[in-house]
Amino acid sequence: MYEKVARNGLISRRHLLGMGATGVGAIASSEVLGADAGITFEIPSWSRTPGPGASAYGTRSRHAEYLRRTHAAANPTYPGGGSSRSPLQHLQGTITPNSLHFERHHAGIPDINPTGHKLVINGLVRQPLVFTYEDLLKYQMISRVYFLECAGNSGALLRGGNTNGTAQSLHGLVSCAEWTGVPLSTILDEAGILSDAKWVAAVGADAASMGRSVPIDKALDDVMIALYQNGEPIMPGQGYPMRLFCPGWEGNISVKWLTQIKLTRGPAQFRDETSKYTDTLPNRSSFQFSFPMGSKSLITSPSGQMSLERTGIYQITGIAWSGSGSIRRVEVSADGGQTWADAAIQGLQLGKALTRFSVPWEWNGSSAILQSRATDSRGNVQPTREATLVERGNISFYHNHCIQSWGVSNVGEVTNVYV
Amino acid sequence: MSVRLQTFMSKKFIFLFLIIYLSFSSIVVNSQERVRLGTPITESQLAEFDLIAEPDGTGLPDGSGTAKQGKSVYDINCAVCHGPDGEGTSGNTVIVGGDMQSEGPPLRTVGSYWPYASTVFDFIRRAMPATAPKSLTNEQVYQVTAYVLFMNGIISEDAELNARTLLSIEMPNAKGFIDRSNIHSN
Ligand code: HEC
Repeated sequence: MYEKVARNGLISRRHLLGMGATGVGAIASSEVLGADAGITFEIPSWSRTPGPGASAYGTRSRHAEYLRRTHAAANPTYPGGGSSRSPLQHLQGTITPNSLHFERHHAGIPDINPTGHKLVINGLVRQPLVFTYEDLLKYQMISRVYFLECAGNSGALLRGGNTNGTAQSLHGLVSCAEWTGVPLSTILDEAGILSDAKWVAAVGADAASMGRSVPIDKALDDVMIALYQNGEPIMPGQGYPMRLFCPGWEGNISVKWLTQIKLTRGPAQFRDETSKYTDTLPNRSSFQFSFPMGSKSLITSPSGQMSLERTGIYQITGIAWSGSGSIRRVEVSADGGQTWADAAIQGLQLGKALTRFSVPWEWNGSSAILQSRATDSRGNVQPTREATLVERGNISFYHNHCIQSWGVSNVGEVTNVYV
Repeated sequence: MSVRLQTFMSKKFIFLFLIIYLSFSSIVVNSQERVRLGTPITESQLAEFDLIAEPDGTGLPDGSGTAKQGKSVYDINCAVCHGPDGEGTSGNTVIVGGDMQSEGPPLRTVGSYWPYASTVFDFIRRAMPATAPKSLTNEQVYQVTAYVLFMNGIISEDAELNARTLLSIEMPNAKGFIDRSNIHSN
């Protein structure tokens, strides 16, 4: 009936149009034409009573409360520390709603009154300067869609733990938004960069005063001081009133609650670029400053802890991204990586942003292993887990972008598996 | 027209042209001039604000301390989370011990892993104690930094830590890192 392009039920992406979004497709619906399926058509109660009126700030339907971030319980020895994860399996398209963007805090979210917030530029500059929030709002701004991914995302999978998770619990430290702000270069030019300045040290105004160092070339390239996220002032958990945004690079370097930019000769060697976010290799030397996030993709549906109710047509869908460019190609396998089908790209293929892919799949009721593999515009192909482990071992868990596998059992249970 | 008059007119014309050109170009330049709203400040105003202590010593404040003095600072402010001997009370609070050449996965701590002593001072001053960051004086930060280094067997109990001596400390894993900062895209 459908053109199969890879083993175990993968159908040509050309058949995408005209198929139902989930479950049964065109064949099934033509079978019930004119039949009484036992559905009743009374006027529902919500069509008989006026609902509440407009509100000041919107929220999700109370029937969609599964749309929530997950986070660990508060830890008294780590006040405010920890992370929350985006519900990737419930989202579509590529933009993460602000209230569902993942978070990682080292000492909680500061309650910053923007009128009391300062952004200081100092160090190796002609003229040290201070900016208020109001000052920055008057500059020419740029808007760009970028993903943000924590260096620790998917880390547990390298170690081989946490088999029974969801897309959210295993991979939910990635999100994507339209960020609007002032190019950092504008502000650095105003202060006047001295010739021996090779790095900028960025510090946040949270209780951890979290700091990271950024090479000057990157700082002058596409780094911005972000003030808006998806059109509204960035939320407190994302750095209100302002954050650094370093496109494509490990999330931690996009310092939130930005309060200081200091131009320096070398990296400041902050704790979060030495003790943490570094990767120890099997030979016990450690990679430091692994900035760009790798070429990566993830199937968000079907995904961990879902169950397929019946055999038939499903839309495999997911997200792909690369810190080095745009996504050129996504392939999907249903047989654990032996045969691959090209997925369709569902929307825009922007640089350093999430790209949505999908491909139709006919589940015949036998077990399957679903995988996706991204290739970016610079030709970087997402590696297998096996190749990743050979290359860098599993002492360290940061920067894992290997191919991930969802096993589908013969009763339709979906779980994370290792192949 | 006489030659004289002609030269006069052309001079006048050039003069007018110059005026028009200059005023026009200055308008153009002005419209391209960026907003410059930063308020000039001096580094000395930032003495309390700028907490960055770099490996080359930039930003390390005056003051000094020994591990002996640091023990009480540690016991009062740190031991509750990091344990009496830095052994930790949870996965992310172990700050003493470890060996990068151990057989299994190495325990990576200040002593076994950190490449620079300046980072110990910098991090404790900005972020610790986790319940009341930036509550210690610079003197206390030198003292407790010395104590953390002493517990890791890196300096002696009486060694005086200050902006100068801190720079001369060679951390055990100082040569253990591969700098990949030149890779901006894969
Ligand atoms: C309330 C608990 C608590 C107290 C009190 C505390 N710390 Fe910490 N400390 C932590 C936590 C939690 C971390 C990890 C922070 C993170 O991962 O962001 C940490 C991290 C550290 C680290 C870095 C560890 C590493 O390997 O990266 C050092 C060094 C440190 N603390 C020293 C101190 C000192 C010195 C004091 C006392 C002045 C102190 N701490 C007080 C909870 C505490």
